[in-house]
Amino acid sequence: MIKARVTVTLKNGVLDPQGKAIEGALGSMGFEGIGHVRQGKVFDLELSTTDAAAARQQLDEMCAKLLANTVIEDYAIELI
Amino acid sequence: MIAALTKISGEPPITIWQTETEIPDVDLIVIPGGFSYGDYLRCGAIAARMPVMEAVRRKAASGTRVLGVCNGFQILVEAGLLPGALMRNASLKFVCKQVQLEVANADTVFTGQYRQGEIIQCPVAHHDGNYFAESETLKQLEDNGQVVFRYANGTNPNGSVNDIAGIINKNGNVLGMMPHPENLIEAAHGGNDGYALFSAALGIAA
Repeated sequence: MIKARVTVTLKNGVLDPQGKAIEGALGSMGFEGIGHVRQGKVFDLELSTTDAAAARQQLDEMCAKLLANTVIEDYAIELI
Repeated sequence: MIAALTKISGEPPITIWQTETEIPDVDLIVIPGGFSYGDYLRCGAIAARMPVMEAVRRKAASGTRVLGVCNGFQILVEAGLLPGALMRNASLKFVCKQVQLEVANADTVFTGQYRQGEIIQCPVAHHDGNYFAESETLKQLEDNGQVVFRYANGTNPNGSVNDIAGIINKNGNVLGMMPHPENLIEAAHGGNDGYALFSAALGIAA
């Protein structure tokens, strides 16, 4: 079995009001020197294959078709 | 939505479950609002991948009129039937109120009973209505007259780029909009500004 982690983040230039709110909250809690905060999503998946290349290909398709909305989001695949 | 369609067309619409793979011949397909799959993953994302959406895609390609309202609009963009994306409201708050819409294109099968530039009332109720498209897509939408409704007079409730409230596909038969015209079709609603959208789409005299 292969375990994978997919990270989905907003593309540069896409407004992230939730990230902004978190940024503001961190500042108001007294954390200093906070730059931009961007919120994303993490998916941990298990695949029955043992073939890393096949797993990557399958994950790439999953990301493009469902896990990420490529209009506004980028994704990164990591086998763990 | 079912009540509005029944009232305006004189007969109840056929309801179609998400797992169905065929849609009968109809005058208009409506994907109503709601919070399908609890907005999990992204609003509309899971519903957009249900089997019925393939049937909607085929019908849309063959010219059948398709209207998506609120979550229905989100589903249409997630399914790729309309460009862009709908993101969390800029205020981060759920908005439920009446806004003003400018009819930015009255030359469509959905808006032909409005005047170009007419300002109509329409309720909104959503958390993710902040329309986004990258600049090239946006330019095409504007140049082609695909922006059909715009929030008017400073009533943009969600931060949508260019005050976009509703867009239509290039072929002019698929309309998606965040506001709910079905909730303003008779005096008891406090107005009937939404009626003309359905009567136009269904080919009924205003």
